Amino acid sequence: MFDADLWREIIQSINKNRTRSLLSGFTIAFAILLFTILFGVANGLQNTFNATFADDAINLISIYTGRTSKANNGLQAGRRIRLKNEDFDYIEKEFDTKIQHITGRVNRSVQASFGVETNSYPLRAVHPEHQFLEKTIMLKGRYINQNDIVNRTKVAVIGRLVEEDLFLDKDPIGAYISLNKVPYRVVGVFRDDGGDNEERIVYTPVSTAQRIYGNNEYLNQIKIGYDPKMDYNEALAFGNTLKGKLKKRFNVAKNDQRAVRVRNRAEAARNANLISVSLSIIILVIGLGTLIAGIVGISNIMIFIVKERTKEIGIRKALGASPKSIVTIILTETIVITAIAGYIGLLIGVAVLKLATPILEDYFIKDPGVSNTLVLGATMSLILAGAIAGYIPAKKASKIKPIIALRND
Amino acid sequence: MLKINALHKSYAIGESSLHVLKGIDLSVETGEMVAIMGSSGSGKSTLLNIIGMLDVADSGDYILDGLPIEALTEKKAAVYRNKFLGFIFQSFNLINYKNALENVALPLYYQGLNRKKRQELALFHLEKVGLTNWSGHLPKELSGGQKQRVAIARALAANPKLLLADEPTGALDTKTSHEIMAFIQQLNDEGKTILMVTHEEDIAGMCKRIVRLRDGVIIEDKKVNQVRASQYV
Repeated sequence: MFDADLWREIIQSINKNRTRSLLSGFTIAFAILLFTILFGVANGLQNTFNATFADDAINLISIYTGRTSKANNGLQAGRRIRLKNEDFDYIEKEFDTKIQHITGRVNRSVQASFGVETNSYPLRAVHPEHQFLEKTIMLKGRYINQNDIVNRTKVAVIGRLVEEDLFLDKDPIGAYISLNKVPYRVVGVFRDDGGDNEERIVYTPVSTAQRIYGNNEYLNQIKIGYDPKMDYNEALAFGNTLKGKLKKRFNVAKNDQRAVRVRNRAEAARNANLISVSLSIIILVIGLGTLIAGIVGISNIMIFIVKERTKEIGIRKALGASPKSIVTIILTETIVITAIAGYIGLLIGVAVLKLATPILEDYFIKDPGVSNTLVLGATMSLILAGAIAGYIPAKKASKIKPIIALRND
Repeated sequence: MLKINALHKSYAIGESSLHVLKGIDLSVETGEMVAIMGSSGSGKSTLLNIIGMLDVADSGDYILDGLPIEALTEKKAAVYRNKFLGFIFQSFNLINYKNALENVALPLYYQGLNRKKRQELALFHLEKVGLTNWSGHLPKELSGGQKQRVAIARALAANPKLLLADEPTGALDTKTSHEIMAFIQQLNDEGKTILMVTHEEDIAGMCKRIVRLRDGVIIEDKKVNQVRASQYV
């Protein structure tokens, strides 16, 4: 299908009518440039948003306890309520079908040392399923497992930055670190998207911590990942039921807000989802808007070009050009200009985004950028739009009566 | 060569319509050189446009070289124009971004000839009009006479049966007009059939036959003794 003569004609026409070609090329390049930049920035915003909420599982319910603020059933206000292993077992059994993951947690602060390096870190003594609720990602080794819980083993899983701080270049797996002078074997290293603080944490089995720190059965909190198949309303209802049952269990007044606290992520998740959806809509509108502006631009220019070329088209027709050949030549020219200019606009847009990334990060825009597929799609749709925008005037031009085109001016 | 019978044409102007050609009968033999004369509004250009298949008649017969020309599709009209007709316009109508050679080669492109053949033929015809040395020049670098000669070369390039000229000397001074007419006469001498619209008596006198139009009808059709343009050059 490659017609050297046709291409020679088109290249000559583009080349000899530079102002016209540049003008139309500029419009398209600018539209794609804007599209790329706006879309990239919008993507960056979405990335920031996602990163902010990426830390923990979104189907999370946390249970804390405190002192009672109201007297109830003959019990005085100010009574301390504490979660214990039996409460953990109760929740697990009672709400079995609604719970995806559950973990208890004991919080401590420890002095950790390896060799001469010493530093203090928060310690979280947890059940194995804590990994899923905190979205902990293992880099080396393993997480706490059920065997650790049963045998109260002295093992530790440390954050990436703990490894950096204490072990320098040595491999921590299998090494012993001392936590408040008790030696623990390091079995894993993790990372977390929640930021540096989340990577300066040490995890140990919850049962081990209970044995070492007071030989009791207390838990600081219980975290539950509810069944993600539940919708927001079901999740909220579940949270409330849980709260009610626990208050009854601890003999706490129904209107006591301090003794048993249940924090439900469902509400926050709903808001987050709403913002995320609105962001996507804004992005879509921006993208479509710029594309439409580009399409309108091309259409205008095509109409102008055809008008300008009316005489030439008349001459060609008088010399024996078929309507089809007129359409072909104008259309191909449009597509060539659109494709080249679109590509240039794209390159500039991507370059601008790359250069501006460090600056934009100050404004909470993370990794602004456009995916290859999106870029390809945008260029394709602009080429297609150019073809459609060019086709109508081209078709019209092909129907121009040569005598009208050739009328002496 | 060309036979026209009871040709009618009217144009709609707003609500009313203007009857431009009111029953034209005309036949032209091969090798003739005919001037169509008339004041403006007489319908002479409309007639030429219909003969040139640039416009369509409302009714009547038009037979060109034995082929009835009627209800042509755009595509077919394009093929016929390319094969049978060569056009020479008052305002030359060269494509301004193409040089002389490319302008002459354009009808050959639409005939589907390959590039080498096109260049060869175009150069041959440029040589014929004496512009070999100007082949690489753009129209804006040529004088009016040169432009018209490029246009004639272009009209000849496709080797048409009939050459149609619409006021070919209208935009030229007297001297250049005579040069161009001398050239057209020479083409006629070589056997080309030529039909031209003009309102200048002396130019018409250089043809072999004058057809006068007034208000859409032929009022006079006579053979004349050709005045040779070369005597003025």
